[in-house]
Amino acid sequence: MNKLFSFGVLVKILTTMIPFAAPFLYAAIGETFSQTSGVVNLGVDGIMLLSAYAAFYTVLHTGNLWLGLLVAALVGLLMGLLMSFISVTLKAEQGISGIGLYMFGLGLSSLLFETTIGTVKTVNGFQPVNIPWLGNIPVIGPILFQNSIPVYGAFLLVPIAWWVLEKTTLGLRIKAVGQNPAAADTLGISVDKMRYFSVCLGSTLAGLAGASLSIALVNLFQENLTAGMGFIAVALVYFGGWNPWGVLGGALLFSAANSFQLWVQVLGIKVPSDVAVMLPYLLTIAALTISVNRARQPAALNKPFERGES
Amino acid sequence: MPPKNASEGLLTRQRPGFDWSKLVLNLALPVGGVLVALLIGAIMLLALKANPIVAYSAMISGAAGSLSGVTQSLVKATPLLLVGLGICIAFRANVINIGGEGQITLGAIVATWFPLTFHTWPGWILIPVTLLLGFLAGAAWGFVPGILKARLKVNEILSTIMMNSIATQFMYLLIRGPMMDPAGVASGTFLAQSAALPRQAWLPRLVPQTMLHAGAIVAVVLAVAVYFFLWRTTIGYRIRAVGLNPDASRHSGINVPFYQALSLTLAGGFAGLAGAIEIMGVQHRLLDGITGGYGFTGIVAALLGSLHPLGVIPASILFGGLLVGANEMQRSVQVPSSLINVILGLVVLFVSGSALWSRRWAARRKSSENQEEQVEP
Repeated sequence: MNKLFSFGVLVKILTTMIPFAAPFLYAAIGETFSQTSGVVNLGVDGIMLLSAYAAFYTVLHTGNLWLGLLVAALVGLLMGLLMSFISVTLKAEQGISGIGLYMFGLGLSSLLFETTIGTVKTVNGFQPVNIPWLGNIPVIGPILFQNSIPVYGAFLLVPIAWWVLEKTTLGLRIKAVGQNPAAADTLGISVDKMRYFSVCLGSTLAGLAGASLSIALVNLFQENLTAGMGFIAVALVYFGGWNPWGVLGGALLFSAANSFQLWVQVLGIKVPSDVAVMLPYLLTIAALTISVNRARQPAALNKPFERGES
Repeated sequence: MPPKNASEGLLTRQRPGFDWSKLVLNLALPVGGVLVALLIGAIMLLALKANPIVAYSAMISGAAGSLSGVTQSLVKATPLLLVGLGICIAFRANVINIGGEGQITLGAIVATWFPLTFHTWPGWILIPVTLLLGFLAGAAWGFVPGILKARLKVNEILSTIMMNSIATQFMYLLIRGPMMDPAGVASGTFLAQSAALPRQAWLPRLVPQTMLHAGAIVAVVLAVAVYFFLWRTTIGYRIRAVGLNPDASRHSGINVPFYQALSLTLAGGFAGLAGAIEIMGVQHRLLDGITGGYGFTGIVAALLGSLHPLGVIPASILFGGLLVGANEMQRSVQVPSSLINVILGLVVLFVSGSALWSRRWAARRKSSENQEEQVEP
């Protein structure tokens, strides 16, 4: 136990915590857009899996990392179109259609992995970029300023998403269709169009989340690579109170719990390691229990909109 | 999903006589969904350079072409039916239980631990007690998200998913530690699995030389029981009322959170029973992958059965057959059986997407009924 709480281990936990927050951030910020418009997209994990595969396959065959990111984003966009068609146009129960999308993504990514790659291989993913001057600060430098570009991108996304949602007309419209779709409709805002846009944007970001995992962090693909990270990302949106800054706090907390359990395993500390593996999931339930900031919950969350129905 | 604006029919007046056109619609939409999903599956098979006709006939002959195929399909249908029954109860209360995997795991753990500990008990008492404990273990695992939803409004979809991961880790902890097979420890293989159950705890076989066990009968009997529970008892009526219209239920004095928690607990119980039966009838020991994905496939079976306990019977047999047939397909045309998961996902998407038509149809018929009533004085 003493080994665990030494300064060196703490630094190690912090150095994995920052990069591994990236997939949570992409996915959860994307889901924030989707949910703010009133659509719960539970298929995030399936989107992440399929995009992670697509990015990995592209990089394995072309070696072009940027092309890998682009392909992952496109796969995310296509999955988003499928989700919005089922949930917005066909007005399906969102909890169910999301699980369907998850099963589809999980199944298809496994199928494609087995038929086109077969065994677990690795690629040369995005390399850490040392930010001049800042990267040389002792301790903090290596933790914060020696990461890969997708990781920096994830953290940059937070203020951008906040600005779009809080300070632009676009953000106002997304909120309007999530809070009171009937009123937004009378004001001439197309509810369906805004929801399509938000779900597709969210799914594209979920695609980047998958790519950040398979071509920037672990640099491999295997069946069910995400192991439920997408669902945790959905929970983070509730935890963060539909606010990008809240989501950032949640993502860091979960990433910390995750790296804690990784290092406990690596160091081979037997007693807490079995329990530590459960920590991120226990923490998610605890977070859902205490996140009482429901005043911010979009009023029309989970409710399909049909004209003429109050 | 229970159509929200069909609530009037169920809550206030029941139409006399049997509603044939509703049955036809309830059959046509799911069957159509499965057919379209299989069609997309065929396109994927073509893309994978496999002949879809050969692949699908291998699937059919694998599932239905022999005694062992048919009984295997029924063996896989059994946990699907049990999980699906629980899903029916939960979804009827508008509570979405994604926690089947975890609840199955807990049922399996307890149904392994109990016979191994009380291995001297005779079978006639050991089997029913173990089945009951499996049910209770799953129910306890469903109760936690149920009470969290009732008391603290915790989203049950997310909490049940997290409970799945916790249950899986808990099982790993047990089969790598206290419950590891002593024979494996002694021989030094350290296989992550428990010891085999004592023989008298095994469920009796229905057909000699096959895997078909008595659990299948238990599942079918319970399907009828759940039908009577939901449509012929006060508690069942309240569960459905809560799902159809929580506001109206609250105003008529029904304790909505209580019935939501109850439905999730019962759903957990049925999944736990599925886990216990899988241990006692098929695997006879606890090992990794014991859930077989039934927690998710059971949801698909319940949706395809239009959330009707009796409809889940044919739906689970269909999916049991698909799962068995997929293995045969993998052998004959070398297409991974994970294709079946793609098809299952598409079925869920199509069936949930087609609910719009059944809703619109119900609304149209309601308005035409109102016109008829105006004509008749």
